[in-house]
Amino acid sequence: MASVFEYAPAPESRSIVDIAPSYGLFIDGEFTEAADGKVFKTVSPSTEEVLSEVAQAGAEDVDRAVKAARKAFEKWSALPGSERAKYLFRIARIIQERSRELAVLETLDNGKPIKETRDADLPLVAAHFFYYAGWADKLDHAGFGASPRPLGVAGQVIPWNFPLLMLAWKIAPALATGNTVVLKPAETTPLSALFFADICRQAGLPKGVVNILPGYGDTGAALVAHPDVNKVAFTGSTAVGKEIARTVAGTRKKLTLELGGKGANIVFDDAPVDQAVEGIVTGIFFNQGQVCCAGSRLLVQESIQDELLDSLKRRVATLRLGDPLDKNTDIGAINSAEQLARITALADQGEAEGAERWSPACELPSSGYWFAPTLFTNVTQAHAIARDEIFGPVLSVLTFRTPEEAVAKANNTQYGLSAGIWTEKGSRILAVANKLRAGVVWSNTFNKFDPTSPFGGYKESGFGREGGRHGLEAYLDV
Amino acid sequence: MPTTAPAHSLSDVTASDSTLRRFLHGLPGVDAVGLEARAASLGTRSIKTTAKAYAIDLAISMVDLTTLEGADTPGKVRALGAKAVHPDPTDRTTPMTAAVCVYPDMVTVAKEAVAGSDVKVASVATAFPAGRTALDVKLADVREAVAAGADEIDMVIDRGAFLAGRYLKVYDEITAVKEACGGARLKVIFETGELSTYDNIRRASWLGMLAGADFIKTSTGKVAVNATPANTLLMLEAVRDFRAQTGVQVGVKPAGGIRTSKDAIKFLVLVNETAGEDWLDNHWFRFGASSLLNDLLMQRQKLATGRYSGPDYVTVD
Repeated sequence: MASVFEYAPAPESRSIVDIAPSYGLFIDGEFTEAADGKVFKTVSPSTEEVLSEVAQAGAEDVDRAVKAARKAFEKWSALPGSERAKYLFRIARIIQERSRELAVLETLDNGKPIKETRDADLPLVAAHFFYYAGWADKLDHAGFGASPRPLGVAGQVIPWNFPLLMLAWKIAPALATGNTVVLKPAETTPLSALFFADICRQAGLPKGVVNILPGYGDTGAALVAHPDVNKVAFTGSTAVGKEIARTVAGTRKKLTLELGGKGANIVFDDAPVDQAVEGIVTGIFFNQGQVCCAGSRLLVQESIQDELLDSLKRRVATLRLGDPLDKNTDIGAINSAEQLARITALADQGEAEGAERWSPACELPSSGYWFAPTLFTNVTQAHAIARDEIFGPVLSVLTFRTPEEAVAKANNTQYGLSAGIWTEKGSRILAVANKLRAGVVWSNTFNKFDPTSPFGGYKESGFGREGGRHGLEAYLDV
Repeated sequence: MPTTAPAHSLSDVTASDSTLRRFLHGLPGVDAVGLEARAASLGTRSIKTTAKAYAIDLAISMVDLTTLEGADTPGKVRALGAKAVHPDPTDRTTPMTAAVCVYPDMVTVAKEAVAGSDVKVASVATAFPAGRTALDVKLADVREAVAAGADEIDMVIDRGAFLAGRYLKVYDEITAVKEACGGARLKVIFETGELSTYDNIRRASWLGMLAGADFIKTSTGKVAVNATPANTLLMLEAVRDFRAQTGVQVGVKPAGGIRTSKDAIKFLVLVNETAGEDWLDNHWFRFGASSLLNDLLMQRQKLATGRYSGPDYVTVD
């Protein structure tokens, strides 16, 4: 970071968002307390300040919410697609109108930089609702036969890394196809889902079509296990995903899982180097690396390793870590103390196993949960940091000699969510992409998202696709 | 990027047309989408208060205040010189611009107008802006400007030769002009809008630096596409890498199309986060501009007084 041109603080104003001291569950169009009166606190990860107190749903509340969704399903699914589309378009427009407020809220509750919520999360959230609104009256032409039918009540459990975006990925296709939903946001980031509940009311969405139940893992488990849920959609860790698969096994519930990843970013010696460096940085430091499709393994051709790493380190040293509300912040806070502990433990293990650790000179704030951008070199396939998902700003650098070796190493993982290929040679992009066992393969870019593009995993990264035409299938009886 | 190779590795690059071509075509490719995305993302930096004040003064000090019209007269050039020395007559703390930039036949007038100040006189030469004439005519053009006292020469490369792949001809012309410059600093204009691709701009940047350019400059201001954040970012990467490899620092001058303080500050962010703070000095970075200066002055007054004054509170020249 240059010292002569010191950027003055440029904080986005908090005053645009009005966070209430407490929130209830959103069931059947009303905010309500939990049946057992339980509440939990949600904090801002960058300061540990308590933002609000949120009702914690128990099994009884899950039952109430599923009943409300079931009741609403009859009318909602009977609406012509063009009518459902109107609600979704309305929701999309309200999200756009309130995007600044929602961006600030998301940054406060999640810890990610305002630059990302403003320029990535919120535009994608609105785009997702617009996109699926467009499908609602065209389902006959989606390739699933004439008049494909919705499933019923969808139980959806989402993670904390992109709270509102994951909500959009779940709710938009569900509503477009005529399902009703009960959604559980993550316990560390419940606020944007509760603001979304308010948006549903603002849009005049019929009661019970969307129900929001904040809570911990047991709330999610109760939702997934509820006998009157027809469809379960989960995004989160592979361990929990396996548990859900076991719960759902033997029932008629349809299941999609979007789980972990250990994406390989493959850089060939003929890559556009400066852009590859940007892509590596985006791949692992976007959202502090707390991205399931993060490019957490850098596979670099051995012949250019030294110069690429020099360029990468120089670039990483310019990343600005700090107040997530500052418009110039590139790296925000880790979402929770628990996640920070996990990242710290895995990074320490990497060091203990003999990999070489590097971070730029980087002052961490004294309160909140922070982890400096970190690179590990001399990593081999045998190291835990090359195999386990760290879900943090930690990049493992490995080398390869030939395209075959690159493909073999990239595929040598329990996961299969994302990969990147960097080369100026078009034929190589196509050849390598065909051999990679990953749900999304980016070429000469990374972490690019679009609602029209299906997203999902191979192997332990899950199954089913979200986004695009493919994303409709998970919510249709086909 | 050959950033770690020893400095002497470039000595035989220019031995022949084929070695030069091999070297330039061996430079890493540029992904246009990625380059433009990076430039756009740096464009979202929010530069406020003290940082803005620093950036505005720095930008003023980096302006090559330019008039390059067929209608230029001694009176016009004198007015420009006075403006360069005292950009804001109401506030003598305003920094001077780096230079005035004129045609060769106006150098004498310009020298008189800035006499006694630190403002340099830059002259375009080599049959600016097309560059379509014989080498000895171009060299005579340069010598005349230097003899008249130009501190800096802004030459144009032979884009026709470059696009035809005759890199050594371009190289030889630059070295000949460099020699004719004597002690004057040489800015080499690529006319990036005519080179058209980013790969070409990277090649031209290295070609210019190998040939001894003191500055590499985007454009003449006379074509449809002039300085953009992306082509300037690319050239900043080139000077950064060139210094890493050879130890020689080369300046960058985007020219044409930069009209507002907001734009200028975005370019300074590019400099800061790409080449680094060593280039945050008018010895190493310039803006080729004319109307930019008044916008910088209005913004400067706004920061000082808290209110916008308007175009009648800066001088029109």
